[in-house]
Amino acid sequence: MVSSSASSEAAARALSPPRRRNSAFLRAMRRNPLGIVGLVIIVFVALVALCAPLIAPYGPTEQVARRLEVPGAAYLLGTDEFGRDILSRVIYGSRISLYVGFVAVGLALVAGGTFGMVAGYFGGRIDTLLMRVVDILFAIPSLVLAIVIAGLLGPSLTNAMIAIGIVYAPIYARLVRGEVLAVRNHLYIESARATGVSDLGLIGRHILPNITAPLIVQTTLMLSTAILAEAALSFLGLGTQPPEPSWGTMLGSGRRYMELTPWVAIAPGIAIAITVLGFNLLGDGLRDALDPRLRGSE
Amino acid sequence: MSRYVLQRLALVIPTLVGTSLIVFVLLRLLPGDIVDILFGGDPQVNQQTLDQIRESMGLNKPLIVQYGEWVGGLLRGDAGVSMRSGIPVSETILRSMPVTMQLAIMAMIFAALLAVPMGVLSAVRRNGASDMITRLIGLIGLSFPAFWLATMFLLISSTVFRWVPPLKWVAPWEDFGQNMQIMVVPALLLALQPMAIIMRMTRASMLEVLRQDYIRTAYAKGLRERMVLARHALQNAFIPVLTVMGVQFGALMGGSVIIEQIFALPGVAFFLLSGIYNRDYPVVQSTVLFLSLLFILVNLVVDLLYGYVDPRIRYG
Repeated sequence: MVSSSASSEAAARALSPPRRRNSAFLRAMRRNPLGIVGLVIIVFVALVALCAPLIAPYGPTEQVARRLEVPGAAYLLGTDEFGRDILSRVIYGSRISLYVGFVAVGLALVAGGTFGMVAGYFGGRIDTLLMRVVDILFAIPSLVLAIVIAGLLGPSLTNAMIAIGIVYAPIYARLVRGEVLAVRNHLYIESARATGVSDLGLIGRHILPNITAPLIVQTTLMLSTAILAEAALSFLGLGTQPPEPSWGTMLGSGRRYMELTPWVAIAPGIAIAITVLGFNLLGDGLRDALDPRLRGSE
Repeated sequence: MSRYVLQRLALVIPTLVGTSLIVFVLLRLLPGDIVDILFGGDPQVNQQTLDQIRESMGLNKPLIVQYGEWVGGLLRGDAGVSMRSGIPVSETILRSMPVTMQLAIMAMIFAALLAVPMGVLSAVRRNGASDMITRLIGLIGLSFPAFWLATMFLLISSTVFRWVPPLKWVAPWEDFGQNMQIMVVPALLLALQPMAIIMRMTRASMLEVLRQDYIRTAYAKGLRERMVLARHALQNAFIPVLTVMGVQFGALMGGSVIIEQIFALPGVAFFLLSGIYNRDYPVVQSTVLFLSLLFILVNLVVDLLYGYVDPRIRYG
């Protein structure tokens, strides 16, 4: 059953416009309540980030009260060591987390994806050479490499994004190469080539659209990893710098006052966990819906 | 078998050379060196003095010479001398690496011991209560940052239970009991994320295998479930699980840098981070290379275990 549906799906993919797959995709998503939960979480976090100035009671760096105020009616989550409202900082922090996540993963996708596309499409010596470089990058523990790059570039939000992007690029390189190898010899690619489509045209019009499903899944899951990595770098003091309200930075600086005023460190941690959980649930759901090979295994 | 081992071993060397090149070039490409950090912005130090200091540290030599000296030293067991403290890097690595290694290995053992049975149970009782619970644990492990959980643990243990881990680290061979008191909790916290990932892989791989005909045959010929699962299902489902374990070992080394900072453990974290801040090239490049070497060796072991788990690979 699996093989027949997979092959008919592949045939359908090659022949028909993508609309049919979309409705199948929606049906598969609807069967997947956890994926929907993930989507709802992400939409919620995105809305919070977009509407931060409207919903946050105070500015993110505004000193509004005495320092380390206990959570109460005026300051729902209390205030931090500079008398800033923690709820407002957590709300604004969602902007940084999502921004870092998208930019860093985008960087990894473009850089790694290009690498993998070139290797997979042209094959031969180029492939061997590029993939050896990727293998070597894989041999360095990724968070260690990110710490080194971010630390040497100098602690800042931008540099943390660059570090995370570089470190995760090899994952995309491997994924894209594998997918390109899988579709490269299909008949529709060959016939497109026979009609005189250029290399770039083949890649852009025929190969890319057919490998987007695994890329979307990987990107969703990667966003959760990148957000965790930014939090870790910021926690170590290598990412977003104070007074910017990054969740990781808040945790790192709140840690020092924690025994007396635990609320300083609790809220940002929960915010990270919820966001990361959302991307993980959505990624799992998308994988089940988009990847026919895995459909039914979850 | 021996040929397979040799082939795998032979791949370690070019990978190590590549890693050393990447780390070396990366350090030199990024702006600033230790002289800038120590004396930069000090108006009393003029350019000539700066150049003299660079010369005494060998920083003005051509890069290829610097690289050759570093690698040549490594081959003789000499990882260079810290530009900041003057202490030989190999000495510090030997002192701090056991802590990091113990943390990573303990975490991996905890993760594997918890994850594999949970993953198997979850696949066998698919959609049952135990499946739901294990999947929930997996999602929590995947989503909560270990450094936050570690912070929360310290908070709760110190305020509620009035317990703080012993401050002074002792090697397991000196005082096993005290060493465990210090290490068990950090290792468990560090294990959580890899545990979640290994468990999810075990579950997915088992679900795939349990659909196969030979599993039905095994049940049909009257084997007990325990036997079917252990001998027929798990062994065949184990290759991807093993791969994930190898990959996760690298994540553990990065994660332990953060956990060590929180629990004030004297592992490589402090040494590496201060090396980065000071642009202490010998410290950073040798430490990163050493961590990569360990990661490469772990994956080599994983490769060799493939042959043990699946006899077909030995002859492939």
